[in-house]
Amino acid sequence: MLGYLIRRLFYAVLAVWAVSIISFFIINLPPGDYVTSYIAQLAIQGNIIGEEEAESLREYYGLDQPNYVQYLKWMNQIRQGNLGFSFEFGLPVNDVIGERLVLTMILALATIVFIWIAAIPIGILSAVRQYSIWDHTFTFFGFVGLAVPDFMLALIMMYFSFVLFDFSVGGLFSPEYVTASWSLGRGLDLAQHMIIPIIILGTAGTASLIRITRANLLDELRKPYVATARAKGMSEWRLILKYPVRMALNPAISLTAYILPFLVSGSIVVSVVLGLPTVGPILLKALVAQDMFLAGGIILLIGWMTVVGTFLSDLLLVWADPRVKFEGR
Amino acid sequence: MESNPVEQELAPEIEDIVEERISVASQRQLIWWRFRKHRVAVVATALIVIFYTIVIFADFLATNVPEDSEAFRGLMPPQQVHIFDGWKPSPHVCAVTGARNPITFQKDYVTDCTEKIQVRLFGRGYDYKLFGVIPTDRHLIGMSDDTLRPEDYIYILGTDKQGRDMYSRLLFGTRISLTIGLFGVALSLVLGIVLGAISGFYGGLIDNLIQRLVEIVRSIPSIPLYMGMAAAFPSDWSILKIYFAITIIISLFAWTDLARVVRGRFLTMRDEDFVTAAMLSGASQRRIIFRHMLPSFYSHIIAAATLALPLMIIAETTLSFLGLGLRPPAISWGTLLQDAQNVQTIALTPWLMIPALPVILVILALNFMGDGLRDAADPYSN
Amino acid sequence: MNMQSPEPETVVTDEDTGTRPLLSVEDLQTYFFTDEGTIKAVDGASFDVYPGRTLGIVGESGCGKSITAKSILQIIDNPGLIVGGQVKLSSNGDASKNLLEMEPNGEEIRSIRGGEISMIFQEPMTSFSPIHTFGNQIIEAIRLHSSLDKEEAHELAVDWLRRVEIPSPEQRMSEYPYQFSGGQRQRAMIAMALCTEPRILIADEPTTALDVTTQAQILDILQTLQKQNDMSIIFITHDLGVIAEVADVVAVMYLGKVVEIGPVESIFSSPKHPYTKALLSSMPTIDAAPRERMPSITGAIPHPQNRPSGCSFHPRCPSYMSDICGLKEPELVSVGTDQQTSCFLYGRD
Repeated sequence: MLGYLIRRLFYAVLAVWAVSIISFFIINLPPGDYVTSYIAQLAIQGNIIGEEEAESLREYYGLDQPNYVQYLKWMNQIRQGNLGFSFEFGLPVNDVIGERLVLTMILALATIVFIWIAAIPIGILSAVRQYSIWDHTFTFFGFVGLAVPDFMLALIMMYFSFVLFDFSVGGLFSPEYVTASWSLGRGLDLAQHMIIPIIILGTAGTASLIRITRANLLDELRKPYVATARAKGMSEWRLILKYPVRMALNPAISLTAYILPFLVSGSIVVSVVLGLPTVGPILLKALVAQDMFLAGGIILLIGWMTVVGTFLSDLLLVWADPRVKFEGR
Repeated sequence: MESNPVEQELAPEIEDIVEERISVASQRQLIWWRFRKHRVAVVATALIVIFYTIVIFADFLATNVPEDSEAFRGLMPPQQVHIFDGWKPSPHVCAVTGARNPITFQKDYVTDCTEKIQVRLFGRGYDYKLFGVIPTDRHLIGMSDDTLRPEDYIYILGTDKQGRDMYSRLLFGTRISLTIGLFGVALSLVLGIVLGAISGFYGGLIDNLIQRLVEIVRSIPSIPLYMGMAAAFPSDWSILKIYFAITIIISLFAWTDLARVVRGRFLTMRDEDFVTAAMLSGASQRRIIFRHMLPSFYSHIIAAATLALPLMIIAETTLSFLGLGLRPPAISWGTLLQDAQNVQTIALTPWLMIPALPVILVILALNFMGDGLRDAADPYSN
Repeated sequence: MNMQSPEPETVVTDEDTGTRPLLSVEDLQTYFFTDEGTIKAVDGASFDVYPGRTLGIVGESGCGKSITAKSILQIIDNPGLIVGGQVKLSSNGDASKNLLEMEPNGEEIRSIRGGEISMIFQEPMTSFSPIHTFGNQIIEAIRLHSSLDKEEAHELAVDWLRRVEIPSPEQRMSEYPYQFSGGQRQRAMIAMALCTEPRILIADEPTTALDVTTQAQILDILQTLQKQNDMSIIFITHDLGVIAEVADVVAVMYLGKVVEIGPVESIFSSPKHPYTKALLSSMPTIDAAPRERMPSITGAIPHPQNRPSGCSFHPRCPSYMSDICGLKEPELVSVGTDQQTSCFLYGRD
């Protein structure tokens, strides 16, 4: 088991490093650098910057160094907790991101919990009562959930809630709590506002998990150890929950690890549509403005959080399946 | 003990005709039979075929030139096509006049049924070239044969902010949205098969390395990266360049699923007897991989590819919706949905959301079709 | 397995001892209703099980013997359904209960499952849950049918592991199935089945997946425990050699029906039904002349959905009589002391 964990940790570290390289690569993709667009921006406002000034600006921001030097400098900065300066917002990146990153992660994690609570019982019911009306209904909704892209679902829900309930979906806090500090009240307010985004984000994942749970459970239900349990005289539901369901849960846990990156991705799009104060909208802004430190910083942090999350669910899988513990696979 | 049993004429019930048929049917026939049993998958496939037909015949099916804009008729609601005029069957559309409401500053459109625009099948419309070659002005839904006036054009699904016909734009959007996915899948297929085959066939260290790569790619959230890369496109790139660049970017993430399927199959097949036989007869490894192993799971690959297509479509649609993908005047479902970004717009002009429908339909259909293919792909698994 | 006539040990008939059967299966019918049609997996099986005796059910794969066993305890999977027949279990005193009349998965039959009637299966690896320890699974069986608390159940389980000759039983309790060998798993399964002291053990091909040496050991253990507990066994297998060794009474099944039933010596020394004869003669013997072609039964087992009309064996039967065999179904008739067969050779209706 220890070997397995060490291996997972190693790959996680590799992934983290890969993320940083990719983020840096992305930042430097746009032709020209910040100074160029800065100059262009100023030019529009009527300020002309000369060549020498441009050069010194570049030197100041370290933009005249070769790429790998810039990368190392950037990594160094990050190690010290400084994500750089956002030119677009005129603030340090840390301030711009602020609590948005935390909110993004809270949203993702809450969605995972929702997916589990919703999908597992439905999946079990669908498998045990195969071909019943419930099974067909859930399967259908499951497919719809998979087919509709997140942002579309967000649009549709926005439309219906506005037209039918005159309720404006958007934001994560009521006006009075937006800038307040954390308290129970704020927490509850957040929870209330998170319901719709969670449902939107969680639909595809729930659909997937239902399908997987159902398929796996159907497989397990046919296996001999279920017959043995029945022959021992166990009651139907008790034996289903104790044996095949436990077995079918393992792939479900693996799925959770896999889902996390999608949830984070999806939350970006959904927050743009719903105007949530998470990382999504400002990432979009940063990219459009080619604000290098901000965009890169966000992509980096998101990537890291996701990798960590995936690693944590690997831990969970180990704890849940004793075979992994002993066989290391 | 009895002496040798005499051969008896077998009773007719014994002749298991069904068994006979199954044992001599080719693999492809078996797959087709199994696929046919999934009625939903068959319906889904029919739907996909219809969609791709639209791709080819977009011009013929359209009623207006998609780029034709006229602020005058911006945000016009869908026009109803009346089949009957009183009692006579006479398909027509009532004319519409628009005026700006002095109080709300919004356009009010009033239908005026005294003026009817006759509509007919295979009528006349704008000029185009069928299949890019044959010049004609016949469209599926067109106007009658006498001179075509600008006011005669109809807007079945309404217009967008710039007065462009939603219906025709939707049809043309199908072209890009459905073909971008194809190229993306093709690219992912190449990447996925090659890496998956190498991984599964050689095993060991190479397998390990490639698997780690797969995991790393899968543990990184894709959309922020898509966004990042797409935002980096210089604004002077042609639409075609952007189109292909997007395809490549999306494929960089999408190959992992295919690689996994291919690898899995290779691993199970590696130990099969027919592979050992091929090796013993001296076949080179490349030959073994491509001529012996690969053909036995074409169907799996097709199934996996069909299931990968929806991801491509969703990715492109999302990117374009956010403004980071294709740019005007390119038309895709994603760019069409850009207009439907906030609640107020949607509440007032809900028909702008219509492009969402084909997206959902196609993705659903592709998923069902892929599922059916995947279930049928292994005819010997019964 | 060497094929010889077994020692005439303890042949029991109801005339001999006058005891009544412990379990009586009458005309059991279990059908599977699939999309492709109805499969009559068991179509009229009848036999009796006497206290302390072993009934062997033998037949080729697919003849319905496993389904018969599972039907007794009503643990048939979907889409199978028991559509007819009776399974009478005698309790203390005169009354007997019909197991098939009990509510499927109801309390009554659940107390019988694993309680009065236990079952062991063919594949010991997949018949245990891989993610629960042995101890967990055995103790569960004990506590389902007794009021012992955890420690007492634990002690009992360890004791039983010892009785089936598993070394270091205490340690094994907290281990997982994949840590055992095939033979040990099967022993553990036997322990789990017998720790509730059932009156009948149904053994569904318990040795088929094991090698010959392990097979012998398992059979040994079974017979020892049977004597110790005065237990009846229903032993299902396709291996005639094993049957010869363990069974007192043999029932031969073909396509869901019992075609012949009788004491083991009679079946082996004077089989009556053509199928039984063909089965016995198709076994390779050491006495056969060299280079002589191995006898086999002509034809193949028909697809269960294409059952032949009349006697289901008639298309492959060397004694086929064209005027009756394909037209009517034969019933079990008596052909000797306690031997019955269903064949028109021994009496037309």
